[in-house]
Amino acid sequence: MAVRGKKPVFLERASYRQRRLQDMARLLPVVAAVLFVLPLIWKLAGNHGRGTSDVMIYLFAIWCGLIAVAAIISRRLRLEPDDTDKEES
Amino acid sequence: MVSFNLLVAVSLAYVAFLFIIAFVAERQAERGKGKWLRSSVVYTLSLSIYCTAWTFYGAVGYAARSGLEFITIYLGPTIVMIGWWWVLRKLVRIGRSQRITSIADLVSSRFGKSTELGVIVTLIAVVAATPYIALQLQSVTLSTAVFANTSGQNWGAQELASAALWVAVGLTLFTVIFGTRNLDANERHNGIVMAIAVEAVVKLFALVAVGVFVVWGVAGGIGPTLDLIDASKIAEWSPPGGRWFGLIFLSGAAFLCLPRMFQVLVVENDDESRLSTASWAFPLYLMVMSLFVVPIAVVGLDLLPEGSNPDLFVLTVPLAEGRSGLAILSFLGGFSSATSMVIVATIALSTMVSNHIVVPIWLSSRAGGAMMSGDVRYAVLMARRLSIGGVLLLGYVYYRLSGGGEALAAIGLISFTGVVQILPSMIGGLYWRGATRWGAAAGLITGFAIWAWSLFLPSFGAGEVIPQIVLDQGPFGWGWLRPQALFGFAGLDTVIHAVLWSMLLNTAAFVIGSVLTFPLPLERLQGAQFVDVFEHSTGTRSWTHGGAEAEDLLVMAQRILGSTEAQDIFQREARRQGKEGYLPEVTPKFVEDLERELAGSVGAATSHAMVGQLVQGASVSVEDLIAVADETAQIMEYSSRLEAKSAEQERTARQLQEANEKLTALSIQKDAFLGQISHELRTPMTSIRSFSDILREGGAPQEMQARHAGIIHDEAVRLTRLLDDLLDLNVLENGQGTLSRQEGHLRDVIDRAIAASVVGEGAIKIQRKHTEEVIALDTDLDRLTQVFINLIANAQKYCTAADPVLRIVVRKAGGRMAVDFIDNGAGIAKEHQEMIFEKFSRLSDHRKAGGAGLGLAICREIMIRLGGSISYLPGQGGAAFRVILPTEA
Repeated sequence: MAVRGKKPVFLERASYRQRRLQDMARLLPVVAAVLFVLPLIWKLAGNHGRGTSDVMIYLFAIWCGLIAVAAIISRRLRLEPDDTDKEES
Repeated sequence: MVSFNLLVAVSLAYVAFLFIIAFVAERQAERGKGKWLRSSVVYTLSLSIYCTAWTFYGAVGYAARSGLEFITIYLGPTIVMIGWWWVLRKLVRIGRSQRITSIADLVSSRFGKSTELGVIVTLIAVVAATPYIALQLQSVTLSTAVFANTSGQNWGAQELASAALWVAVGLTLFTVIFGTRNLDANERHNGIVMAIAVEAVVKLFALVAVGVFVVWGVAGGIGPTLDLIDASKIAEWSPPGGRWFGLIFLSGAAFLCLPRMFQVLVVENDDESRLSTASWAFPLYLMVMSLFVVPIAVVGLDLLPEGSNPDLFVLTVPLAEGRSGLAILSFLGGFSSATSMVIVATIALSTMVSNHIVVPIWLSSRAGGAMMSGDVRYAVLMARRLSIGGVLLLGYVYYRLSGGGEALAAIGLISFTGVVQILPSMIGGLYWRGATRWGAAAGLITGFAIWAWSLFLPSFGAGEVIPQIVLDQGPFGWGWLRPQALFGFAGLDTVIHAVLWSMLLNTAAFVIGSVLTFPLPLERLQGAQFVDVFEHSTGTRSWTHGGAEAEDLLVMAQRILGSTEAQDIFQREARRQGKEGYLPEVTPKFVEDLERELAGSVGAATSHAMVGQLVQGASVSVEDLIAVADETAQIMEYSSRLEAKSAEQERTARQLQEANEKLTALSIQKDAFLGQISHELRTPMTSIRSFSDILREGGAPQEMQARHAGIIHDEAVRLTRLLDDLLDLNVLENGQGTLSRQEGHLRDVIDRAIAASVVGEGAIKIQRKHTEEVIALDTDLDRLTQVFINLIANAQKYCTAADPVLRIVVRKAGGRMAVDFIDNGAGIAKEHQEMIFEKFSRLSDHRKAGGAGLGLAICREIMIRLGGSISYLPGQGGAAFRVILPTEA
């Protein structure tokens, strides 16, 4: 178990990658939420050229992209029995 | 044209197919072969119960009415799944480490295993799920009616109602059969998970098939379809911003809080890695499910006459195009969506109702609480079966009351809003240690009340439950309490209005209540274990010292887990402590582990209460709380290392102490025996001598002489028997003598033993099951019979009951066949249980026994020679001995 307050400053390259992947995993839902709400701004901007079909294509494209990114992240993320703190020790 | 009878036949065949799938999966799992049953694919597919008939039929109807807005219902869960690293991972970890059985159990367990919170969450869940179940019944009956009407029958309200009733009865049956077959310690249902996974494939395939047909078969390709969308009445992109945003939040939150989703996401999941796959695979499923919704909607609007029900486009479009096969497939898809949701929802709800309402009431209504006699398992299973029926009945009643006329989407959202009231307490409990049970209760009740007032009750229709005048002007003319315009916020969409106010006030009550009150020690302990689940999964104990007798705990555990499993747990722990038999030392850790095992069956609150009745007093100590509050990892680690060391020493010390006790007791008994054996030898010797003296003097009458000779003979026989026993034991102990192996049946052996030992008036009554005893044996049958005779004779001699009964039970224990001899007498006190198999030991006064106390010692030696064993089995309500048969048996 890691000792709190004495986390090492530098990590091995592999552990460092894992940490950044976890960051990505945490960030992804926020990105998803923003992208899914974005079409509302088009409406606010008064852009009447965009119809249901355009928004639909946009949403499904974003959806596919998110699924792909989530798949890559979850494949690379190591799940360890006690994953959050152990990697540091 | 599809004939209605054909449709009924296809549906019945499909149901039979599901039964077989569930049955096979259950069998495979029982044999331990079902690894594939627990794969990531099956897990992901089982999550698809999120897509109910509301998705299958309702999404198209929703799209036909309000364009793209339907998609928000699937975007919310997508965000939650993609963000699994935040919430779901923690939920699953806690679910496994705390043996959570339902969402009510989670909330109750987090806030100090509170029974009251469990009840509140259960009630919210049941009330909120009722409209949703009604919705499923409605969709199945409406879709059946479509076929009935096309084949010439004209269905009115009467036929619809009776069809709904049949569907409800069928679903109750299926769920009872596969959902309550056994009281699984982990609350997992392999058969049902497999069946809903198959249904998930069917509904996806059906919807995609209809979609492909509509896009390429009717509209003529992707380009023309997009043109059709642009030409339709939903071409304009004009979502009300509040709804778009609010519904994404609502659906995401409901995804976490719905009891059925919690069941498949957390309870049925025993491996976090599955979550990692589902994090992208389930959004993919949702995406494909939503892909063809808008095309089907616009084609339906284009093709079908004005005024046809858009909720049924998935069926009516293929029918209008004359594609009967596709229509039947689509019907099966809708049927699958509805049934899988109802099955899992009723299982989840019935678990909650039985664990948090029925069992606590049942336990408190019985004097003696956890220690009373009777099987809790049976009561729990019965409670579940009845609640399954009850929940479906509620759904049916709601369906009849609401008239079944509303748009599907509206009912679904009402249900979502109700269940989301659990979110603040749940998320607050997971991330904030300061959350207390008072805060949680305040938030839950506030949110539930606002939901009921502003959304649920008005949903029955204006004037049905809430009079029109109250809707317009508020109760007693208080305008600020108008159900759909609380605090004067008129003009807002009703759902968003209810979500906004209920969530705001719910969270506010939760936070304020938590800040103002003080948590119980157990609450703080549980809070720390939940919030920091990744830091110290094992955590501190909530029991400081075990004041309970191991035997009492065993009696209780047997009634919840069943005797085999409970005995396994106790034996394992005893062996871990380095002890023989079934009764381990009652350490705080053991009590904690046992409580968790029980919680897997009856929920944390009930389990804690039952264990608490036995382990009196001390649950959490101040030191424990200091350990929790003190977050330095060093202390945790140091103490755990110390603990491991001291546990090791404790184990050794215990073994030594046990050996010492045994030796002391034996040496005392040996001394006693020497005195006793001389006494035993002297008594017959004395009478033989005196009577032979009389005979030698002569002069006594003939019959007197005969009597004296008889006494001499009897006493000589007694002497011989004693010497025989001693010799027998000596031979066995030294491994001399040969065994004469024979083949035979256990039943014959028991028959012979009973015939030899049960004789005369007032003999003990024997209860046995002949069918269990058909087991072939290949061992020394005479010796085995001798053991059985001894046990039966002992029961006869020592059983103190007024109406002595001996049960002979054959069962499997630890992979070997065992024969248990259980009488209904007073049993053997714990301090004597260690000693009874030692030779020369005897508990009561020897005159009553009429032997030298060698019987059980001989039995043990025989069983060891035969390759089996004999042991005392505690906690059976009388004296009980377990004979493990030789492996050759």
